[in-house]
Parts: sequence; C-alpha cells; structure tokens
Amino acid sequence: MSLTHRLPARLVLAFALAFTAATPAAADEFTAADVQRWQAQYEAVAQQGRALWTDGNLGKNGVACAQCHPNAANVHPETYPKFQTQLGRVVSLWEMVNWCLQNPLEGDKLAADDPKMVALLSYATWERRPASTEAAARGPPAAVSGRGPLPPPACRAAPP
Amino acid sequence: MSTQSPTSRRRFLRRAGAVAAASVLPMSLIELAWGKGRNFTIGYISDSHIQQIRGTEFVRNWDRGLIRAVAETNLLNPKPDFVVFGGDLAQLGKKAELDHGMEMLAKLNYRVYGVMGEHDYYLDSGQYWEKVFGHKQWYSFDHKGVHFIVLNSILTYDEGNRKWPTDEQRMLEMAGLDNPNGSPFIVGEAQRAWLAKDLARVRKDTPIVVFSHSPLQKIFKNWNFWTDDADEVQALLAPFDQVNVVYGHVHQIQYNQIGNIAFTSVMATAWPWPYPQSYAQAASRLPKLTVQMNRADPFFERDATGWQLVDLDSGRTALRYNLYNNTNRTVAWNPATKQPEDAAYQAAATRIAPQTHY
Repeated sequence: MSLTHRLPARLVLAFALAFTAATPAAADEFTAADVQRWQAQYEAVAQQGRALWTDGNLGKNGVACAQCHPNAANVHPETYPKFQTQLGRVVSLWEMVNWCLQNPLEGDKLAADDPKMVALLSYATWERRPASTEAAARGPPAAVSGRGPLPPPACRAAPP
Repeated sequence: MSTQSPTSRRRFLRRAGAVAAASVLPMSLIELAWGKGRNFTIGYISDSHIQQIRGTEFVRNWDRGLIRAVAETNLLNPKPDFVVFGGDLAQLGKKAELDHGMEMLAKLNYRVYGVMGEHDYYLDSGQYWEKVFGHKQWYSFDHKGVHFIVLNSILTYDEGNRKWPTDEQRMLEMAGLDNPNGSPFIVGEAQRAWLAKDLARVRKDTPIVVFSHSPLQKIFKNWNFWTDDADEVQALLAPFDQVNVVYGHVHQIQYNQIGNIAFTSVMATAWPWPYPQSYAQAASRLPKLTVQMNRADPFFERDATGWQLVDLDSGRTALRYNLYNNTNRTVAWNPATKQPEDAAYQAAATRIAPQTHY
C-alpha cells in the first residue's frame, strides 16, 4: 500500500498546495520590498535618535550630544567594543553613551535595550554609512540644507 | 634633632610649592621683539559657551574651562598688553549667561576686547553683548604700530534672520552647529564698506591683525567653518604686506596661508570639535598646512581645550596654545617658508598618533 493511500485526501492536497505556494520558499528568500520596509524601520528609529541627539532634555543640564558631536562625528561606532579610558575596560558603545549621559550631560543611565538607547546608537551608526561618491564629488552644498534622506529636527535645548 | 628651624622649613615648602606651580603653568614664554623694540603679547581666550541650566545654576564643565583660562592668564609674566575674548561667551545669548561669563572675565587684570560669536548674537542681535563688553560689534584700533581690526563675521542674510517665528527659536536654530536649517555666516556689505574705509588710511607696510569669530575662509559649510563673503573680505586685505587673521568658532587648531594673509584658529575653553573630514557625508577643505590638534583622550573633561598667548614677531603672529590636558603647541610664522607652521609637528615624520582624526 502506498503512502498516499494511507493519508486522508485532504492532507495530500494540503501538502501539494504548500509545495506549490512555497516554491521558491523558506528563510533565505526576501524581496526588494522587504529590504525597503526594513530600511524604513531603521531610518525611522535613526531619526528618533537624531531628535534625542539634539535634545537638551536627554540629560539634566541642558547639554545635548550634538553640542560636542555634530552629526555624531567622533563617536566611531564601528570601533566598538574597545578599551575605553574613561571606563578602564573593554566596553560596547552603549556603555560609553551612558558615560556621556552621566558626565557631560549630568543625567541618568539608560538600559542597553531602552528604545532611546537603541535610537541613539542607530543614529550614530547611520551617520557613518558609506558616503555616496556623488555627495563627495559634489563638494560643499550650495545651501546648508538638503543633506540626505534624514531631515534632522531642529536643535532643542532645555527650557530655562 | 633637626637643625632646620620651623620658619626656614615653612619657607622651603612655600618655595617648593611655588616651583611646582610654575612648572605646571604655561610660563615658558619667550619674549619676541617686534619692530622698533615695541614687542608685546596678547592673551586670547575663546568659546566658553557659558550655559544656564536654571536660575543661578550653570553647566559646571564650561564654567571650569573659563575660570582656569582667566586664572592662568592673570599669572602671565611678562604681562600681555591686553586680552581678546574670541566670541561665544554665552550658549544661548541669554543675559544671565553673558552676565555670568562677564563676571568671570572681569577678574582679568587686563583690558578685554570682545569678538561677537553667533551664540552671543542671535537672541537680541548682540545688543546685550554690546552693553556688557562696552564697545561696538565691529571696530579697529592701533597698538604699538599694529593695526587691529575686530569684525562681526557671524551675521547672516536677511532671509536667514527673518525666517524664525521668535527670537528664542532663531537663537536655538543658529546655535545648532550641524543644523541644516541654519544660515551661512557673512560679514555683510555694510561692514565690508566700513572695512574698506578703515583700511584706506592704513599704510601698506603696517602689520594688520584681524580678529573674527568664524574663519574668514571657506573650510566646511555644514558646520559654518565658513564665511560666505570670505573672498570679498580677503580681497580687501590682500594689498597689505602682512595680514594675520585669528579666529575662534572651530574649537580646534587650524592654520592656513592665502596670499599675504596668515590664518590661525584658537581653541575653545569649553569643548573640542571633530575635524570636518571625520564627517564623511559632505566634502570639506581643511587647509593642508594644518597639523590637527592632539586627540589624547576624547572627552576627558578638559581634553583639547585651553587658551592662547599671541606673540607679534616682525608683524606676524605666533600662537602658543596652552592646553589643559594635552601637550602645548606653538603655531608660528616661519619667515623662510612664509607661512604659519607648527613648531614641533610640521614635518610629517614628527607627527604623533593622537593627531590622526577619522
């Protein structure tokens, strides 16, 4: 007796449909639309990060990350984990961000998985994306505005 | 039993203390002769960004940078003829910030000349700044054979001034260094006309020293390391034999030579800024001559901050950078190459790892 004969007809049909629909199937396939959607998710979080980066209310003394790190320069996310003199050991970037939150910003630490921390790290990494050759060749922009797909919000300092 | 009396021991300790203090203070200055024996020095303090938290509370870190600059400048021997404050005394142009900053500057034992910074200006168009410094926003004076010119280089175009609904909003937007909604700095037509008139009465061989807040050259537009009418200002200065421009705003060591004009920037007392090329998303033009500041321990509290002593040697400026947590640097005019150069690190082989910024 064949296998097909032993299984109910409905199940055989389900098998057949599954193979047809999922060809090609499985986890190693994704579409351009998927990539676009994931990129949009990332950029939205990076944009929240930019808002926090320029926010004088992130810490407690009105100082914003952007005051010392315009465009998140001199952060170097790609170099972490590394030995950090201020902390005396090898740390991940989020630990260094917390050092900044507690010292120059005189504020409180954030958990590693706090959405605010994830947003800050996303923004710092976004600013280190490979520069387009087009942007580099163009030279300094004619106007200060118009610098890429992420429109950074205005700098916000703490209210007096 | 000791043969040393308590009095002589106390005197010894006092003397030892004085020697220890002298060895950490920037006293190693060499007096340079200018012209007919009329040598002199100037103290230069800049970019203190005194920032109010609330009421009488201010950001401690920025206060400390300025307090230290004032204390050390007061200990100079020989004494500088005057001190220049290079702009950005305040963070958001508030009266409380300018008052608190001036309270600290008032402890200087010297006459103080002010240069307008954008953080001092964009709340009330620099009106309160004029009151606390007691002089105009641009002016000139002669001192021991040198013609000094102070420019307000952080003005902007009318539309840049008018596009904000409130004064506070304009101040906040212009205070954000990397804010793409900002507006480029200019000296402007009126001031350039004044400058042309001022220069008309100056002999071509008179040494000229210009103080501005922004660089009077175009380095990086995104962060306003840039003055939009720099070319026009340079053209007015070009006919003179020896022109020196000293500027703040950039919170880092920069120097350049364009024709007869030597440019040298000063450090901030508050915090250092990254070099423009470390932001790869836009092209920048840091002068090739510049050996970048030492990046010893980024954001160790006083890393890459300090103040300057300016010597005028043969009508050219030598800037001695007195750095709180880094090796002191000197950028001085080299008569052989006719350009400003670092006294220790100009040759590529002499540079050290912390001068690489990325």
